[in-house]
Amino acid sequence: MSVVIDHRPGRQPQQTPEQPRLRRDPAPSRLKYRLERIWLRPLYRRLVRVGGPAFLIAMTAGIWLSDEDRRATLTGGIAGLVDKVQSREAFQVRLMTVEGASPVVDKALRAMLPVDLPASSFDIDLPALRLQVMQLDAIESIDLRIKPGGILSAVVTERQPALLWRHARGIEILDRSGHRVASVTSREVRPDLPLIAGEGGDLATAEALELLDAAGPILPRVRGLIRRGERRWDLLLDHGQRIMLPESGAVIALEAAIALDRAEDMLGRDVKVVDLRDPSRPVLRLGVDARNTIRSARGLPMLGPDGTVLEDDRKGG
Amino acid sequence: MAELYQMQRAMRNIRRAALQRGVIGILDIGTSKIACMVLKFDGTGTFRETDGVGPMAGQANFRVIGSASTRSRGMRHGEIETMAETERAIRTVVAAAQKVAGVRIDHVIACLAGGRPASYGLAGEIVLQSGKVAEHDVASVLAACDVPDFGRGREVLHAQPVNFAVDNRSGLADPRDHAGNRLACDMHVLTVEGDVLGNVVQCIRRCDLELAGIASASYASARASLVEDEQELGAACVDLGGGGTSVSIFIRKHMIFSDNVRIGGNLVTQDIAQGLRVPLPVAERLKTLNGGVEATGRDDRDMIEVGGETGDWEADRRTVSRADIIGVMRPRIEEILENVRQMLDAAGFDYMPSQQIVLTGGGSQIPGLDGLAARILGPNIRCGRPLRIDGLAHQFTNPGFSSAVGLALFAAHPQDEWWDFEMPAEAYPARSLRRAYRWFRNNW
Repeated sequence: MSVVIDHRPGRQPQQTPEQPRLRRDPAPSRLKYRLERIWLRPLYRRLVRVGGPAFLIAMTAGIWLSDEDRRATLTGGIAGLVDKVQSREAFQVRLMTVEGASPVVDKALRAMLPVDLPASSFDIDLPALRLQVMQLDAIESIDLRIKPGGILSAVVTERQPALLWRHARGIEILDRSGHRVASVTSREVRPDLPLIAGEGGDLATAEALELLDAAGPILPRVRGLIRRGERRWDLLLDHGQRIMLPESGAVIALEAAIALDRAEDMLGRDVKVVDLRDPSRPVLRLGVDARNTIRSARGLPMLGPDGTVLEDDRKGG
Repeated sequence: MAELYQMQRAMRNIRRAALQRGVIGILDIGTSKIACMVLKFDGTGTFRETDGVGPMAGQANFRVIGSASTRSRGMRHGEIETMAETERAIRTVVAAAQKVAGVRIDHVIACLAGGRPASYGLAGEIVLQSGKVAEHDVASVLAACDVPDFGRGREVLHAQPVNFAVDNRSGLADPRDHAGNRLACDMHVLTVEGDVLGNVVQCIRRCDLELAGIASASYASARASLVEDEQELGAACVDLGGGGTSVSIFIRKHMIFSDNVRIGGNLVTQDIAQGLRVPLPVAERLKTLNGGVEATGRDDRDMIEVGGETGDWEADRRTVSRADIIGVMRPRIEEILENVRQMLDAAGFDYMPSQQIVLTGGGSQIPGLDGLAARILGPNIRCGRPLRIDGLAHQFTNPGFSSAVGLALFAAHPQDEWWDFEMPAEAYPARSLRRAYRWFRNNW
């Protein structure tokens, strides 16, 4: 019981009978004093405040986890929880829509999907799927996303076939950039596409397309382009005619040849080869009939269809 | 005096280390109360403009972060009487101050009030070899002071160079690099009884504290309560404590005299207890709340309940008039002031240029004391409070805490003492490597 004594003048001192109060020594004992001083040490304080609880938590967790069954229960519980959340209705993917793809590509895309729909959107790894789809040559780009409502939408841009390329291993369809689109078994499958041939032809498709554009007037006669030595093109016409184009400035050389053709009907004559490899010195190789006509006029022996009857006399003009 | 030199230097090194750590404790062990303050040296040196506190007279590089005071136990006349009791009181106050500050104190600076201080003015003179005062000449002249016989068991507490003179130019504060042929110095030495000092050191050590410095209480309270002009122009500080009244005289910022009267407030309390036949706690309460030295007519009618717990109803219901208390107190206060007067006369205070006297200490709060003191000591009297220092709680701005505040100033800005100068080479033991090193340094 605390006793309040009013010291102000004129106030009566309280007359309550005083209990013999046990006066405690206010001084801290030596032990308490030392403990307080130790407690004020920052290191010790941190050790007790942080280290102690941390150690206690770690030890409890360690002891609890040391049992195999408990560990299994814990991992099972966590896995179940994750599964429960992932298989919620909101995360279900039920439908796959493919836009802008031909039926073949569409079918291939659907086959590539690693899981059967409906599936959880957590099970579908869109970046990996996209990388996998991009392996298909027919696809130029794809936009994969999961839309609200559980729809896996794939917007596909297919490669546009521009050329047929015949090489030692078969015939392939190429797009404008020279990338493979598909393989075909024969030329007749895509008669609408121009044909190129030769090793390295796929690397110069841009030039080939330019050349085909430039060959406008004689396009019906063009049979194809042949890449020579992976550096220049030969334009092959029907009747075995051939225009040999230089390595650089091929389009200009071809235009010059077409101009010649227009002016002089060059290609209508019996010319086997128009050699434009050196732009400053175009060379024509005549056919057997033309040469025989000249030889007969000169009184020389005729040549056979293979050009090897009596003497093989080459003439340049 | 070589071991004294070593001891004081060691203490100074401890203080330097404590200042580097940033926390130092102040322990003012008085007869009636013990105060402890925890100082934090931030090292910023910039003063913060908070609640209108000015630049603190340049005392802005430290801050009080915790303070506590408690009733002193086991002390008499500023000396330790019962060491275990005093140790408990120190533990109490240190624990409380640590709790407030939240940091641990390892180093303390303490002050000693009693121990029969005796002050000596020493003079020394040397011939300057190089015609110029060099660093080591200062140390040599201090060492050349002729030391009187202090008596058996006396220890030097302060030894401060007060004045230097080169040839006939006196009054130099710093004689270094002055040209001349003779260097003279005056030194003020304060000695106390070695056993009393040893008791304080032992008591502090028993509390697991390390002593980083020790100062005389009269010096500390004068540092806190004399303003800078008074220290410069000359003033006496009278610290009316519980167990004794100490006097110190300052001029040109140096203490030149200090002495102690062994009559203090406790004796006044004892007089009241005896004169009015009341127990000591009651007498202390009467003195504190109703005490005074100038009786007026109203004081006769001002009746005070004495109270008491003796069980004797008649005794417990007594009342005394305030004039009675004043009548008991006044002769004792007069006696104290007479003693102070004698001491000032003995010190030659009358010949000082300034006759300013500052009263401080818990006893200076007696109403009307300045009027009584003006009659006995001289006209220029004021009651001094300790200097403001940063972070000091309001209850510590009481004049009773001026020696604690003064110790804080002493910790932050110690004045040069003799042991702060390098020891002259001759004082090292012969064949010492340091002596050789010193000799080479001084001569090349």
